[in-house]
Amino acid sequence: MKARVGLGVFIGIGLLVAFSLAFFVSPQASSKPDGLNKVAIDKGFSDEEKAHSLDGVPTAGYGVEGVDNDRLSTGLAGLIGVTVTFALAGGLFLVVRRAGRVGRHGAPNTSAT
Amino acid sequence: MHVPDGFIDAGTSVGAGAMAAGGVGVSLRRAGQVLDEKRVALAGLTAAFIFAVQMLNFPVASGTSGHLLGGVLAAVLVGPYVGALCVTVVLVVQAMLFADGGLSALGLNVLNMALVTAFGGYGLFLLLRRVLPKTHGGVVVASGIAGGLGVVLASIAFTIEYAIGGTGGVSVSTVAGAMVGVHVLIGIGEGVITALTVSAVLAARPDLVWGARDLVSAAPDAEPVLVGEAA
Repeated sequence: MKARVGLGVFIGIGLLVAFSLAFFVSPQASSKPDGLNKVAIDKGFSDEEKAHSLDGVPTAGYGVEGVDNDRLSTGLAGLIGVTVTFALAGGLFLVVRRAGRVGRHGAPNTSAT
Repeated sequence: MHVPDGFIDAGTSVGAGAMAAGGVGVSLRRAGQVLDEKRVALAGLTAAFIFAVQMLNFPVASGTSGHLLGGVLAAVLVGPYVGALCVTVVLVVQAMLFADGGLSALGLNVLNMALVTAFGGYGLFLLLRRVLPKTHGGVVVASGIAGGLGVVLASIAFTIEYAIGGTGGVSVSTVAGAMVGVHVLIGIGEGVITALTVSAVLAARPDLVWGARDLVSAAPDAEPVLVGEAA
């Protein structure tokens, strides 16, 4: 049950896998409608969908505006998404952990037990 | 299963948004109590990995695709509270940066894909662990089955939302049958990906897997709460 790789190595390999999947594999993903969209089309409520309010952002629809090669465009969008998600989640959890530590050390306004 | 704007009316979306905000708020408070330095890094990686794998739509029956939701996977790796937050971050990034999942539907999507899976699906994982052997294999099988059933739970959650405030006038039984039917198939994919990923992490760093922490014995950093599970 002992750890077989160091934490840094583990996180590094994990990120490498995530980046590789996002860059190399995601351009080959199925472009068919997903379960919910297919049901909406088949059963007749897909016309109710409204345009996304952020359709104009340069990475809308998992592509990068101005990159003409579809595979590259999707792959780059994947790299951007993995990077932003890791940064945002990592930052959030650092802050949450700090707040939780304060709570554990007896700040008056928490319900930590 | 990202709900776009328009499928569910505004009132129902607001109600789901309030429920989602409540669930995320509770998760933030509880996450602070369980996160240590190791788990901060693992949780960040879990979110990033789920984002990547959610891009990988795999084909299911006739002209349909599905992709990982990841709520059960995240909950097994980092616990349900942190796990729900991982998927929530993914959904926010998808809606804001990639225009995937409506902004008015963000609460619906967090409810269905983050909270229902990370809590409902993880509850099923815990039940399965009771009847399966207390081994890594047992954890892998439980995570796979719970992952698949979590997708079905999420499709039922959407159906309930459609019953309350769905647009387009399709009968609820029609939507229920179609949603559950296709998501049983997508759930098989979810189960396989969840089981493979949990298995890989268990092989490399068993001490990091929240859902298997009762199996960690005599590790220097084992949590004291869990010692004494051996009987």
